[in-house]
Formats: sequence, C-alpha cells, structure tokens
Amino acid sequence: MTPDPGPDTLFTGVRLLAEGVDLVGDLLVQGGRIADFGPSLGRPEGAVVVAEDGAVLCPGLVDMRAALGEPGYEYRETIASAAEAAAAGGITTLAALPDSQPAIDDPALVRLLRARGEETGSLTIVPYGAVTRGCRGEELAELGLLLEAGAAAFSDGTRAIGSARLMRLALSYARGFGMRVIQHPEDPSLAGGGAATEGDLATRLGLPGIPAAAEAILVARDIRLAELTGGSVHFAHVSTAEALELIRRAKAAGVAVTCDTAPPYFDLNETAIGDFRTYAKLSPPLRKEADRAAVAAALADGTIDAVASDHQPRDADDKRLPFAQAAPGGVGLATLLGVTLAQVHNGTVPLPTAIALLTARPAALLGIEAGRLANGAPADLCLFHPERIWQVEAGELPGKAQNTPFDGRALEGVVLGTWKAGRRVFG
Amino acid sequence: MSYRQKHLLAIEGLEPPAIAHLLDLAESYVLLNRSGRTQRDLLRGRTLINLFFEDSTRTRTSFELAGKRLGADVINMSVSTSSVNKGETLLDTAWTLNAMHCDLLVVRHGESGAPALLAQKVDAAVINAGDGTHEHPTQALLDALTIRRRKGRIEGLAVAICGDVLHSRVARSNIHLLTTLGCDVRVVGPATLLPAEVERLGVRAFHDMRAGLEGADIVMMLRLQKERMARGLVPSAREYFRFWGLDAEKLGYAKKDALVMHPGPMNRGVEIDSEVADDPARSVIKEQVEMGVAVRMAVLDTLSRSGRNDA
Repeated sequence: MTPDPGPDTLFTGVRLLAEGVDLVGDLLVQGGRIADFGPSLGRPEGAVVVAEDGAVLCPGLVDMRAALGEPGYEYRETIASAAEAAAAGGITTLAALPDSQPAIDDPALVRLLRARGEETGSLTIVPYGAVTRGCRGEELAELGLLLEAGAAAFSDGTRAIGSARLMRLALSYARGFGMRVIQHPEDPSLAGGGAATEGDLATRLGLPGIPAAAEAILVARDIRLAELTGGSVHFAHVSTAEALELIRRAKAAGVAVTCDTAPPYFDLNETAIGDFRTYAKLSPPLRKEADRAAVAAALADGTIDAVASDHQPRDADDKRLPFAQAAPGGVGLATLLGVTLAQVHNGTVPLPTAIALLTARPAALLGIEAGRLANGAPADLCLFHPERIWQVEAGELPGKAQNTPFDGRALEGVVLGTWKAGRRVFG
Repeated sequence: MSYRQKHLLAIEGLEPPAIAHLLDLAESYVLLNRSGRTQRDLLRGRTLINLFFEDSTRTRTSFELAGKRLGADVINMSVSTSSVNKGETLLDTAWTLNAMHCDLLVVRHGESGAPALLAQKVDAAVINAGDGTHEHPTQALLDALTIRRRKGRIEGLAVAICGDVLHSRVARSNIHLLTTLGCDVRVVGPATLLPAEVERLGVRAFHDMRAGLEGADIVMMLRLQKERMARGLVPSAREYFRFWGLDAEKLGYAKKDALVMHPGPMNRGVEIDSEVADDPARSVIKEQVEMGVAVRMAVLDTLSRSGRNDA
C-alpha cells in the first residue's frame, strides 16, 4: 500500500543537514520523493512552501532499537500509538525488538510487522528477527527464513544471550547470511535479580546491585567470539566506560564490532533513581557519572555508531511498584532528538555528527535505504528548530505510554514537522 | 520542635537535633513505663494500623504496646504475600487505608522503598518498620537510646557492626544514625556479606573480626539468615561461626566494658555464642526490647503532633 504522497512541497531557507550535505538552501519534494535540493530553487506551481527561520531539515530519524507493545502487550502501547509518538519525535523508520508475545521468531510475524508499519502511513517498521526461538536463549531460530521475510538483523531483545556456545553458533550462522547479531550486553548470572548499578547509591537504598563489570564481561567475551567466528556483533545500549574501551580497542584491531547507546546513558546518571523513582529504572541500569561522561565522549570520537531510543513502553501498573519489582524501561521516541541535541548544545558533539548518529549510521547498520538526503530518495524528512525549548512532562507526551525517565527535563530542540514519503505526518 | 517531617521513612537525612529530640522524648517514656503509669489521652481517638507484609511478632507487638500506652486504637493487619500475588497491589491497600481514616500507619515490607511508595499515596503519617534491605529506623533509635543510657553519650564511641551487613536494614539505619552522631563505625564480615562501596557511607570495613573489634565500645551483632548459606554467600554455619561468630575470645579484643547488642531474633551458635549473649555484664539485648517500646511511643507522639500542626 502506497499512501497518498501529498502535495509537492518546497522547503526554503532551511539548513539542510545529512551525511555529505550541509548547506542553507531549498529542498523540493515531488511525488513523495526528493526531487532536488540546493542553495536556491524556484517555486513550482502549486507547491506548498515551508519556511522556518533557523530550522534544520534532516532525513527522518532512523531509530534502530525500540520495543513495540504489539504483539502481546497492547495495554502498554499499540503500533498506532507508537507511530504517533515516533512522528512527533521526527522518526520515520524504526527497528522493532523481537521479544514480544509471541516473539518474532517466525517469518510470518516479520511480514506482519512490516505490513503493520505500512498501515500507519507514517512509520516504516524494520523488524529484528529473534536469535533464538521464543527469545528463550536455547536454540537458534530460523535465521535464514527470517532474513528472507525482511528481518534487518537478529536480536533477543532485552534478553542477553548468556551461553557462550549459543552466541558462537549465532555469530557463525548469521555470518553465512551476512547478518549481524545484536547483543544485550549484560552477563545474566552477574546481573540477575539486580535493580540498580552496584555501588554506594544501591547500598544506601538497599537495592540489589548490578556491577558495571557485567556489561564489560559480556562485551569482552563476544568480541572474542566475533574474532573466533568472523561474525559481526553489535552491542546495544552500551553504558559503561569499561565496555566502550573494549569496543574502541576491538575496532582498532579490525574486529567486526559495532554498538549503539540510548539517550538516558549520556544524559542521566544513577542519581535519577533518587528515592526509588521507578521511571528511571532501566535495563541496563543508569550508571555512575564517570560512565555517563564516557558514553557522551564516545558519541564524539566514533566509538558509538548510533543513538537509538531503546523505547520500552510500560503501563502505570508496571511502574507503580516497589523499585525492585517495577518493570525496567523508559519511553524514548518523542525525546530522542531533543536529548541527543543536549550533547550538541553543551559542546560535546558537533551537530552533523549528532544527526548522522540518528540517521545515516543506524540506516547503514540496518542495511536499509534511509537516513540520507538524495535526489530520488523517498522524502522521509524531519524539520526541527535546534534552539527552541520545551519541557518533558510524563502524562503529556504523544502516544500512550508515558514512562519517561526525563520527566521535568527542559530540552532545547523542537520537532516542527515530520514527513513520510512526502506526506506531512506531524506538525 | 526539631522533628519536622510528616513520616519516619529513614534515618538517612535526619539531622542530629531531630534524632536528639526523639531520644530525649523516648527517655521520658522509659521513666513513664517504669512507673507503671500511662498517658492514654495523648492519642485518644486516633487510629494506628500495623500493616505487616512480613511476619515479625516482636516489632509488631512493640508498636502495638506503644500505641495502646498512648491511648490509640490499634489495628493489626497482616497481609500475606498470597493476597498480594492475587493482584492486590500496594496502592490498592493504600486506598483501602485512606477510606478507613487511619492516622498512623506502621509498615513492614519485604521490598526496599515500599513504605516510601505508600507514603506518597496515603493520608496517614507513615512509619517504616523495616523495608527490604533498606532501613529500619526505630531499631536504630532504640539501639542509640540503649547505648546513650549505658554509656552516657554516643559521640566518640567506637561501634563495630558485625555480620550480614549486605542484607541488613538494621545495619544501614545504624550506620546513618551513628555516623551522624559522631561515632567511629566499623562494619565487620566476610566480603560476600558487606555491601559494595560501604566505606562511602562513612564507615571502615573489616574482614578480620579481631581487627574490627579492637578497642570497640559497642559490638552490634546481626542475624545471619539460613538462606544466605543456601545461596552460597557463606559456605557453612560452622565456618561462619569460626570466623565471624561472637564468642568470649573475640570479644576480648573489644574494650573491657564493651556492650554486646543484637536486634533479635538470635541464631545462637551461628552469629553469637550463648555465653556472650546471656552475660548480664556485657549483653544489653533484653534492654533493647524495653527501649523499643519507649522509642516507638516517642515516634508515634512526635508524628501525631506534626500531623495536628498540619491540620
């Protein structure tokens, strides 16, 4: 189903920003595709003109890690409500985690999710296939058939592949299909039962701790397994200085390793859990300040390949529980751009780098044609004002799930409009 | 009045004057209790609910007695874990309590932070009677009162807290209270039972009990639960007793007049030898129980007054 491409649109006098593109000028959309862009274009008859002083026009964001409530957890969020939140956040492509109910371990489910994305008219859903059947970490899923059906890579979602033997098999087998295996890097036997980063704060609150080393241990092991198998491993939501240093060194040594992080890990530290604030309970847990600073620095130096929302919708009842019992995870679609821009405003990351981490680089990791400004490419676009201010408020966010760890945070950077294949879907 | 909070959820964050106020008031209740008199007009018409999600006969009884001596209507609610598993959440319980117009709510819960969560949703003043491995504020207050009455002061004393500090809410509350009042606090135990970065709470950590007890004025023993051995944190009870159980020989490293304390119930022959536990010259374990009632009367009195000031 191809949605109505909408009228021709001329963006004029905006900063066009994408990989290989950084200029102030015009961009013309015709028939749902980018027809032309440059310093100055004429206005075709009948085209809608969009002009915003000081605004940036970039490719629609590519969020390479988000959980959808469907199938199985519709009380938390539906695909329609996730699409609404994504559009408000400037996201036009989203890679969906497979640890739903049922897990995305069957080719038919991959096709279903792709189709459900098309139905929204605003969001391309790129499903991940499960690494193991049911994401149970026991036996490999039908990786080849999942790939044929359109899976972008393989992941067990929020569950770590704990067995070294199984991870070795997955990396070897996926390599034969030229595919990545995405790991939730947290040693399950060390992290099991934990609720917060191990250290003096968890000690004060009487919460079972998860040592930062639980991340580094699995990263070190899987780098070694990637070398052993020649396979490609990708670490999700990397959150510690130690793991980043291992990844930095492995990249320098030529190992096929990539990673992403999520905004909470460069914007917040463990103190956000304060007096048992369950909206700040995440997996992995928020870390100490030195780790947060190391994640921010790794955005700038190229160690981190992409910023993903790690969106995890939760119902109020999942969170209104004693801290250790509350479900981990935070929503992140509507705040992905704004929180990332905070690292631009504080001088850590140049704006073009930030945009690349949200567009071209995750698209390249997913192996999809998205995240670029190119003539003839589908007009998936995000128009934002980098300096305008808004305040995050749980309860007022677009979409159904409201469990943001950024409640009360003032953000500089407002999405003014989102276009999917030429049609305005937000703003 | 120097105690300004609506609830008593934790010792951490209390200033020395607030602690001193509670201890001074408790002191007056010790005298009242020993005289055999009561003060039943103080909380007349007020409702105190003991809400216990974990069994604890001694703490519940202590709060019950404290409430009754001040004239409150005391109701005990034991919420078994099974009814929680049936889907009734902590917040459902809170709404029920609000409908009952409870004034003072004493909460014991197996999860750290559960009383803080309840306190956000109920109208009553909430008293934490032990939450998970977080805090047990009235236990620390009764320990402090026991120490102050025996030693005449708290500031400057050396206190060794020994055993399963990792899982102990009593240890955390005592660490906060005793460091706030200027004690030299040491924690002593196997590394597997001391919490991460515990030194950052202002204490020194020892794995050798003799070194930890050296020159101590107070030796505070903690209960070791059998499940810790099942989880492999210590290999066996006999090994634990050999290295971290308090006997006369190890106590010899503390000061000659050092006091022995235990929050109870004791595992004799695991963390403490009967010879020490029952020595009237050293052990103040029975006195701790008496101080418990007085401290809880002081807490109920104080929180009911701050409630009235609000109204």
